[in-house]
Parts: sequence; C-alpha cells; structure tokens
Amino acid sequence: MAEHHSSYVPKTGFERWLDARLPIVRLMHDSAVSYPVPRNLNYFWTFGGILMFMLVSQIVTGIVLVMHYTPHVDHAFQSVEHIMRDVNYGWLMRYMHANGASMFFIAVYIHIFRGMYYGSYKAPREVLWILGVVIFLLMMATAFLGYVLPWGQMSFWGATVITNLFSAIPVVGETIVVWLWGGYSVDNPTLNRFFSLHYLLPFMIFGVVILHVWALHHVGQNNPSGVEVKNYKKDTVPFTPYATVKDLFAMVCFMIFFAWFVFYHPNFLGHADNYIPADPLKTPAHIVPEWYFLPFYGILRAIPDKLGGVVAMFASIAILAFLPWLDTSKVRSGKYRPWFKFAFWTFVVVSVLLGYTGSQPTDKVVLAIGGRTVMDMVGFAQILTAIYFAYFLVALPLLGLIEKPKALPASIADSVLGPAGSGHIAGAHAAPPKH
Amino acid sequence: MTTSSRFLLAAFALTGFAALAQPALAAGGAEQPPRQKWTFSGPFGTFDRAQLQRGFKVYREVCASCHGLEKLSFRNLSQPGGPGFTDGQVRTLATEYKVMDGPNEAGEMFERPARPSDRFPKPFPNPEAAKAANNGAVPPDFSVIAKARTYERGFPFYLFDIVTQYQEQGVDYITALLLGYEEPPKGVTVEAGLHWNRYFPGNKIAMGNPLVAVFDDAGKPHDAGFYTDGTPVTREQVARDVTAFLMWAAEPKMEERKQTGTKVMLWLILLAGLLYLTKKRIWSRLEGAH
Repeated sequence: MAEHHSSYVPKTGFERWLDARLPIVRLMHDSAVSYPVPRNLNYFWTFGGILMFMLVSQIVTGIVLVMHYTPHVDHAFQSVEHIMRDVNYGWLMRYMHANGASMFFIAVYIHIFRGMYYGSYKAPREVLWILGVVIFLLMMATAFLGYVLPWGQMSFWGATVITNLFSAIPVVGETIVVWLWGGYSVDNPTLNRFFSLHYLLPFMIFGVVILHVWALHHVGQNNPSGVEVKNYKKDTVPFTPYATVKDLFAMVCFMIFFAWFVFYHPNFLGHADNYIPADPLKTPAHIVPEWYFLPFYGILRAIPDKLGGVVAMFASIAILAFLPWLDTSKVRSGKYRPWFKFAFWTFVVVSVLLGYTGSQPTDKVVLAIGGRTVMDMVGFAQILTAIYFAYFLVALPLLGLIEKPKALPASIADSVLGPAGSGHIAGAHAAPPKH
Repeated sequence: MTTSSRFLLAAFALTGFAALAQPALAAGGAEQPPRQKWTFSGPFGTFDRAQLQRGFKVYREVCASCHGLEKLSFRNLSQPGGPGFTDGQVRTLATEYKVMDGPNEAGEMFERPARPSDRFPKPFPNPEAAKAANNGAVPPDFSVIAKARTYERGFPFYLFDIVTQYQEQGVDYITALLLGYEEPPKGVTVEAGLHWNRYFPGNKIAMGNPLVAVFDDAGKPHDAGFYTDGTPVTREQVARDVTAFLMWAAEPKMEERKQTGTKVMLWLILLAGLLYLTKKRIWSRLEGAH
C-alpha cells in the first residue's frame, strides 16, 4: 500500500502559488483529509488522537504553570500552593496537569495493549512500533521528573529511590548518581535540573510523535482483521469526515472521564504524602511510585539483587522494542489466534498483578499455610515477573510455530460486510493507490 | 462495537484501575476512622459557612498556639466559597495580630498590626523553637493538612471511591483523631510525652488531647457559650467544625471547582451527544455500516 496519490487540488491563486513553493496545505490535506483509513477500525483506534490531545493539554497547562512556579527547594511547595490559591484558575491548571499525567498513561496503556492484541507491531510497522516505545520511555522520564517538582515528601523520596538505582551500575554507579544529583544528595541542584529536563522532554516527545505519525501514514493503519488494504475503494474511507468525527466523539468521551477526576476527585490519583513538604530527615512509611510505574516497580523489587532488579526493570520495557521479531506468527490480528488470545490476556492480568505487588510492602504475606508463610509479596512478584518475560521469550516465539489460526477474511470489506456484500461504498472515496 | 471489543474495553478499564494504589499510611494497630457526613462532599457539595466560622474559632482558640496556617492570608476568610466573614470583620480580626515588617527608613524591623493581605503569623519563629516547646516534635502546619492525611481504603474499596467520589478520608481521619484519645489498653505502657489515640498510626501520639481546652473530663464545656450561634457545644461538634475549617483551608477553591465542573460536564455531555449523532449520520452513508 504505502504511498498514495495526492488528491489535493489548489483552489485559489494563492494556494497554487504556495503549493509550488511550500506544499504545506497539500501535506495537511493528504494526511488529515484524504488519508485512507481502514473502514473496520473500532474505538481502540481512537486513542492515538486522544494521546495527541493529552500531549497538547499537558504542554499548554504546563507552560502556564511554569509562569507561576518556582524551582527552588525553599519555594517550590509554596509556589504550588500559590498556584492553587492565588492564581486565577490556577487550581484548574494544576489539577489538569497532575491528573493529565495519569490520563496520558491510561490512554497510552490502552494504545499499547491494542497494538499488542492486533499485532500492530508486525511488518511493515516495526519502526512505527519502536518509535512508540521511545515515546513511552520519554513519557515515563517526563512523568517521573514532573512528580518531583512540587517538592512534597513523595517527590523527594521518590527522586531519592529512583536516582539511587543508578548506583547499582558497577564501578561508575556512585559517580553517576552524584552527577545526576549535582551534589551528594537530592537537593536544590537536583530540583533545578529536573525542572529544566521536565520542560525539555515534552518537546522531544512531540518530535518523536511527528516521526510516529509520519511512519503511520507511510505504512497505513493496521485494523482489527489484521488484513492489509487491498482495494482502496472497498476497504477504506477518507480520514475526513469518517475518522475525524469518530475521533472527536471518542476524544470528548475521554474528556468527560478526565473532567470527572479534575473537578470532582482531583487528588484520587495522587499521594496524600505529597501534601507534606519534603523533609530529608523524615522517610515516609511507604515510598510508592505513581500508579503507572507500579508494574515496573514490582519487577524491580522482585529481584533480590539490586543490579539484577534494575536490569530486569529496564529489560521489561526494552523488550517491547523487540516484539516485531519475537512474535513468529504470520497472522497479525489476535482475533484469529485462539492460543495467542489466552497468552495475551494472561499477560494483561499478570501486568496488573505486578502493579499490585509494586504497591504493597515487600514483606506482606500473600499465602500462608498453617501459620507458616509460603509466599510473600516478593515471591509473588517473582512468579509474575517470570510469566511477564515468558510471554515475550517463550509464548510469542513458540505460538507462531505451533498454533493453528482461524480462517482470515479475504479483505477488510469482507470482514465488515461478509464475502457477498463487499460492493461499492456510496459517497466515500479515499485516495486511490498509485500502482 | 463487537462483543470482543467490548470485552477488550472492559478489560482495559480494569487494567487501568486495578493498578491504582492509594498511599499506604502505616496502619500499625490503628483503626479505620468512622465515616462522617460532610456538607462539602459529592459533586454539588458546599461548605457550611456557619460551620467554617465556628471551626475558625476553634482553630484560633485551641490549635493556633502550636499549628500555623502559613499559606493563608486573613483576606482569604472573606473570599467567596469560604467562611463568609465580611471585609470589615476581617480587617478588625487582622488588627488583633502583630506581624513583623520593615526595614523602615532607619533600617530597623518593626511590628505593626496585621492587614487583610498579610499571611497568618507563624506560631514559632523557627522549627527549633517549635521543637523546644513541644517535646522535640514540630507541630505540622495546618494549611493543607486535610489533604496530607488519609487512611488506607484497601482493594477493592478505592475502586468504588472513583464512582462514589468518596474523598473525605483526610477529614474523617482528623475528626476521629480528635475524638480518639482514650486510656491505653491494659498492659501497654505509654512513654512520657506521648498519648494513646485509637486512630493514630501506631497509636502513640505526641500531641495531647487538644479538646481539653474546651471540655472537662466529663465532656462538659468549660464555657457553655463557646459557640454564639446556638449550636450545642459537644466534643463531636467541635471536632467536626474545626475539621471542616481545615478542609476549606486546604482547598479554598473547592466550591468554585465543583461548580465549574457542573458546567463543564453538562457542556461536554451535550457535545458528546451531538458528535455521536453526527458520527452516526456520516457513517450511515456507508453500506453495511454499524
């Protein structure tokens, strides 16, 4: 499929003049109006647009917050309260930004799991997928840095725990940690550099998002059947108005969900401890990261060895980038793979349970028989970690070889209309293919 | 939507939420505080002005000698959504406080009566002075204390809280704490300078029962006219009033937030409905569309 004809026709003299010099209107037209979209996409395909909205929302609210925030250990906490109390709609900006981070992750996890279920990472979408993993990593870094800025107890101690992970690196670990801190503990220099990087990274995310969308528009969208577009007229609809209106509807539904937290439950997703100003001399009873990091935190703590834990945690994210080559199945969509479905849902449940282990004290008893502890939280997390990695390293490579997939529809149109009804689509003409 | 995609949606929703964990306050031996009814809970909740005024009186006469309110200014007391004092009342009130100002033209610092724009003065000049006066413990500032305290709800209750909007863990805890002073159980020794509290994590709290400033051991108020608005002076009432005041102090824009929320929600739901109909209409041009 790939390249398709541009159907843009400049209407005015100015448009013709501009088109010959900088075809930007043509680019917009081709990627947001005439771009052919598989007609069988379900609502899970709206999360890309929702994520774009979240990114813009975070950047806009963030820029306003920076106008009133002071990155200094003596003033950061106070300046956040100043925003909440004295800045017009400051409470709205801050609650949108803080809850927006969680919404961003809810949307991105749905987006990632959708890609995994429908095999969106498979050829020819490997680079598209890897760019997505890069965005995910940048998001995690940005969220972590941002959580430090209010300089509450959880900010300070979260920063201490996470930066200390780098001390596990042999030989140079300690040096690296001192370099990250800009001193011998988490202090004002740390807060300042975290603030600087927290402002920088979203724009890097924006850059990679552009590459991500470019790659997407080059190879075309995957779809629930996993079958590639064969006939543009029958299998696709033009992005505008079909996808535009559907994406908008989904986006507004997501905003309702978002608004529920911002206006009615703004502190639900945060930690009460972060309303206590940072105190380097007082460690909170439980240092718990934000919910979106919990599965990875669970993996980190599952490995008794510090370096091993850090390696496992980073590996659990990095392994996503190798998905296109770990999955050996020729069938793209999980819809037609009965055994894969089982493995996938096991993986989802295991990821959630890993998050649960990450939120609990390590010595909490999970299973006791006759008063004797058989398994504590660490033991439980170890089993889950093993299953997590087995999904990538055992299930995906093997299933492709031994599984017998169900029959695929002949085309996208067939999957919607049935083999008999795949006639013409009245009034809908996506750009025809070049070849 | 197909059945499988509906299933997928439900599963994803679960994934997002089962992983949410509330902060775990050390629950060592402490009981879950009882649920209270608050006028400010729920999507349309508002503060009870009279209650905030009574709560402010309790704060001022009982708590303020040890606990600061440093993020609040006197002027906040007359702002919309708060205790509803008049500007005149606030001006008079402020003059009852002394604040440090300066330097003046002679280069010297001087004390003057507070103005509405001044913040509440701190009870201690520095943390060391606070420690020296309080057995080595610094009494926490009260500006955001109602949001800085909570108790663990546990799975699956925090999931229900998303729907019920129960978020008054902090104030329920503070009320319970104020009423939770009692004799330690038999066989438990409480070290000097500590006190037994049913609801405090670990049960041993440095702060003595603050309500003894208002009530005698039998629970009778020292001054039956403590409240001037006719509200009965009971331990529960006083505890609840000061807690409500602390909630307002921590979230002075709460009413504005919830009221804006109503408008935003109505607008978004209307927009979503219109977009849904538009989407239906546009997609109906396609053969076999659903």
